[in-house]
Amino acid sequence: MAREPIALLTDLERHFAAGDVIVRALQSVCLTVEHGDYVTVMGPSGSGKSTLLNILGLLDRPTAGTFHLDGIDVGTLTDRDRCHLRARRIGFVFQSFHLLAHISAFQNVKLGTIYTTTPRAKRRTLAYEALERVGLAHRADFLPPTMSGGERQRVAVARAIVANPSLLLCDEPTGNLDTETGSTVLDVFAELRQSSDLTLIVVTHDPDVGDRADRTVHIRDGFMVTT
Amino acid sequence: MFFDLISEARTGLLTRPGRTALTVLGTVLGVAALVATLGIAKSAGNQIVGRFDELAATSVVVTSTLGNDQVLTLLPWDSEQRITRLNGVAAAGTITPVATGGALTAAVPIHDPRGQAEFQLPVFAVSPGLFAAARTQLLTGRTFDAGHSQRQDNVAVLGPGAARRLNVTYIDRLPVIFVGDQAFVVIGILEQVGRTPDLADAVVIPEGTAQHIYQLEAPTTVQIDVEIGAATLIAEQAPIALAPNTPQDLRVLKPAEPTQLRADVADDVNVLFLILGGVALLVGAIGIANVTLVSVLERTGEIGLRRALGATKYAITAQFLLESATMGFMGGIIGTSIGIAVVAVVATTRTWTPVIDPWIPLAAPIVGTLTGLVAGAYPAIRAAGLEPVAALHNA
Repeated sequence: MAREPIALLTDLERHFAAGDVIVRALQSVCLTVEHGDYVTVMGPSGSGKSTLLNILGLLDRPTAGTFHLDGIDVGTLTDRDRCHLRARRIGFVFQSFHLLAHISAFQNVKLGTIYTTTPRAKRRTLAYEALERVGLAHRADFLPPTMSGGERQRVAVARAIVANPSLLLCDEPTGNLDTETGSTVLDVFAELRQSSDLTLIVVTHDPDVGDRADRTVHIRDGFMVTT
Repeated sequence: MFFDLISEARTGLLTRPGRTALTVLGTVLGVAALVATLGIAKSAGNQIVGRFDELAATSVVVTSTLGNDQVLTLLPWDSEQRITRLNGVAAAGTITPVATGGALTAAVPIHDPRGQAEFQLPVFAVSPGLFAAARTQLLTGRTFDAGHSQRQDNVAVLGPGAARRLNVTYIDRLPVIFVGDQAFVVIGILEQVGRTPDLADAVVIPEGTAQHIYQLEAPTTVQIDVEIGAATLIAEQAPIALAPNTPQDLRVLKPAEPTQLRADVADDVNVLFLILGGVALLVGAIGIANVTLVSVLERTGEIGLRRALGATKYAITAQFLLESATMGFMGGIIGTSIGIAVVAVVATTRTWTPVIDPWIPLAAPIVGTLTGLVAGAYPAIRAAGLEPVAALHNA
């Protein structure tokens, strides 16, 4: 039996009310992402990329249309269930890393497990394994401000994958990095795909990222333009 | 889940120890002020009460004379010894009016034709311990002892009024007074009669002498000087010690229960200080609320991140509430300690007895915790209400 697609968007609309004007950030978006896909979403600023990512990450709800995550219609779920689903199934990587500055890299990674049902005893092991996968086990006890940008983003990736999600959502993961360090992060993405059937959806401006992906979808003025 | 909350809150507090300490300081001051004012008010109130009723609070009187001069039970001659044996008794002595058959009292040496030389003065027979039990003070001479009583010596101590009227002012030459036709050597003159105002104008003689001359049947009243705090106990025990078979036939005069009076005075003082302490605590609470609010704004990114990691609104609220409640609790503990220390220092410098209600050290940390909870409620709800998307982008 064929698996359900990890993400299935049907006629998705997202409108924002800005005063009297209604901004249509997403219009009639249809998108299917299979397990193990590596998709980049490209488009100019304000085209609706981030809005799409927030809906995919269950941080926002669509105005109309449906979103099935791994076969589950998430529009019908309560906020609480969406939080639990987010904790287990989805990992986030942000442009500005969002690491907590006062705790070590290891603790930052471990933070990715605390809202899951993972037993406490197992979390340390998971956090170390995640750091190893991004090649930063030797930096476990460093505080984020003492690390380079590339290292910080890899710690953030480790945090995103520590709970073993099926979907990794990345918002401009290389946007704050130079080309060289950016490519070390992309290398990590490539390795992750080889060692698991992690699905990657990456929003980016960076053509290098697009080149590494299986396919790229373009968004312009809220409409999806498939190439 | 709960353990995660605790460890997250702990991390949140410990990663910024300086700020946490400053935040806690507000509650520390508030609770310390509250505890100190309560304690000082209590100690001061206690002191006020202790001062004005110390004389009354330590006096117990047992008498066999009931209201209508009826006597149902005679007090034993060894009343003084029996009572002195009780734990908590400082001194005891009997005092009994002596019926002299209307005999007039006169002092011999001076015959003043213009002045009255003979007076009808009351005569009291007392046991040697009475002078101490009644807290009398001697002007001159001495009081009599058990020997005088046993030998039935004709000696007398004069009350200050009696001495003045009889013109006995010094006793170096062993003045003699006559009660009827009985001669008594004056061995002492009282200056203060303390708890037995009856003695002011009286001629006071030993019990043995009164037995011998006036056929005194039995003592009628026992005056007891008790140690502070023992009045209620002694009032219960004394009648049983004196008349084991019929203690109910004796009348006991004990001081009014001091507790109520003390509470009234302390209440008056407390209200003012409680308001001051409450204001201090309010300032502390505003401090916590303020810092928690700033912390929420500052940690917007962290909150967004936690939401993205799957934290529910409940988890965010709970974490911030727990953090502010913990700060309140710590402030409460430290503040209580400081408050108690302040009470001790103030009491010591004023040579008061430091008094703190036992519930204060228990309740104060709870008050601190509640302060933290209330102060943290609004910021915590605000934190949970942050849109995760906006929170992530603003940081």
